[in-house]
Amino acid sequence: MLPRAHGGTLVDRVMDETRRKKIKGEISDIPSIEISDDIAVDLENIAYGVFSPLEGFMSENDYRLVLDTMRLENDVPWTIPVVLDMNGEEFLKMELRAGDTLLLKRGKTPVALMELEDLFKLDRKEHALKVFRTSDPSHPGVKKTLSMGDLLLGGKIEFMEGIENPFERYTLRPVETRILFKELGWRTVVGFQTRNAPHLGHEYVQKTALTFVDGLFINPVIGRKKKGDFRDEVILKAYEALIDRYYLKEKAVLSILRTEMRYAGPREAVFHAIVRKNFGCTHFIVGRDHAGVGDFYGPYDAQEIFGEFPDLGITPVFFRRFYYCKKCYGYVNEHVCPHEGDDIIPPSGTKIREMLASGKIPPREMMRPEVAEIILGFKNPFVE
Amino acid sequence: MGDDKERKYTTVSIPVQLYEKIKERIEGTGFTSVSDYVTYVLREVLASLEEEEKEEVFSKEEEEKVKERLRALGYLD
Ligand SMILES: [Zn+2]
Repeated sequence: MLPRAHGGTLVDRVMDETRRKKIKGEISDIPSIEISDDIAVDLENIAYGVFSPLEGFMSENDYRLVLDTMRLENDVPWTIPVVLDMNGEEFLKMELRAGDTLLLKRGKTPVALMELEDLFKLDRKEHALKVFRTSDPSHPGVKKTLSMGDLLLGGKIEFMEGIENPFERYTLRPVETRILFKELGWRTVVGFQTRNAPHLGHEYVQKTALTFVDGLFINPVIGRKKKGDFRDEVILKAYEALIDRYYLKEKAVLSILRTEMRYAGPREAVFHAIVRKNFGCTHFIVGRDHAGVGDFYGPYDAQEIFGEFPDLGITPVFFRRFYYCKKCYGYVNEHVCPHEGDDIIPPSGTKIREMLASGKIPPREMMRPEVAEIILGFKNPFVE
Repeated sequence: MGDDKERKYTTVSIPVQLYEKIKERIEGTGFTSVSDYVTYVLREVLASLEEEEKEEVFSKEEEEKVKERLRALGYLD
């Protein structure tokens, strides 16, 4: 049986059509603030229940508890703050107070209304240390935190309109994935998080997990990434080519998750699991250095953290390294193959990227040639 | 009002013998106190009860609308 949404109920904060028309007529009377693309897509996530049980941006109570205990006020596990920041001076100029309704807009798009329930100071250094376990500004999450406004605004939202989505065709909401899984007859589903074009290591992790469940939900994160990462359309086209040739069509679903990577390692791994639970997954794959960056986290920190959540409601599935072994004649992993050194060919992401960047097809033991060809078909497959 | 922002605790009673048994059991484990252990076990038990509750149901109308989009996108035949 598919799990209930996190916290018990799938959140729906999408404004109905009649009210939307009415609000749009009065829009010039509502005090508004300009938001970023990252905030705009997260508003959509909140509205469609991807972030259930959140119904808006966190109040101070929830925020403090998430930092200190990794749980919301109602004891539900939650590890990543979802907040709306603003510059204090700007806020003072607007003369806002608790109870006011705010329009959150991105350019000309009225994205959502927010009932301002709470406002509180952001301590950027504390935030960074608790979420990312470091205050080193070379960490991309810390860097972003240090650039945030000094005030946080909490309150429930009502979603009006999304910003442009170049991948609408690949975007499924939790209601849709849940109905799709049911239609496919899946009672157990394993979720796979990725920000990469697939190599054989990824494929075998997925297929090993899929051996024990009804279906596989491949859910790449699409959004702001680091320089040198694969571009979003490359990831999607590469997966389509792979699924088309090497997966059973009725066993694998590909759709995207639009949100920024936070690179918060262990905390983000739990957040990623919660989001997949909301999409209807019963299991979630956690690999080596999940959501990590540089060497800020130990390779298996993101697996260990799950021990603190007996009540997560989704089962993490842990994997070590997968690689090709010449002695074993196949794709194996550290749990089953005793060989090392020259006997094994590990699919190194760095090496694969280097080869592709110079127009070469990586060895078959690392990447499917059909996938490599698709990637090489792009003029520039990497984020600049 | 700093106190309001922290997780609040309350006291529940358990038999002393049970307390001693747990204290012994958690020695050398990751649990640092009997309270931590009891909290963990209770969360686990409550979550497993919740798992048995019925899954989300959608109205027929909503379900049809969703299936139409899923077919249009090629997710369903
Ligand atoms: Zn071997």
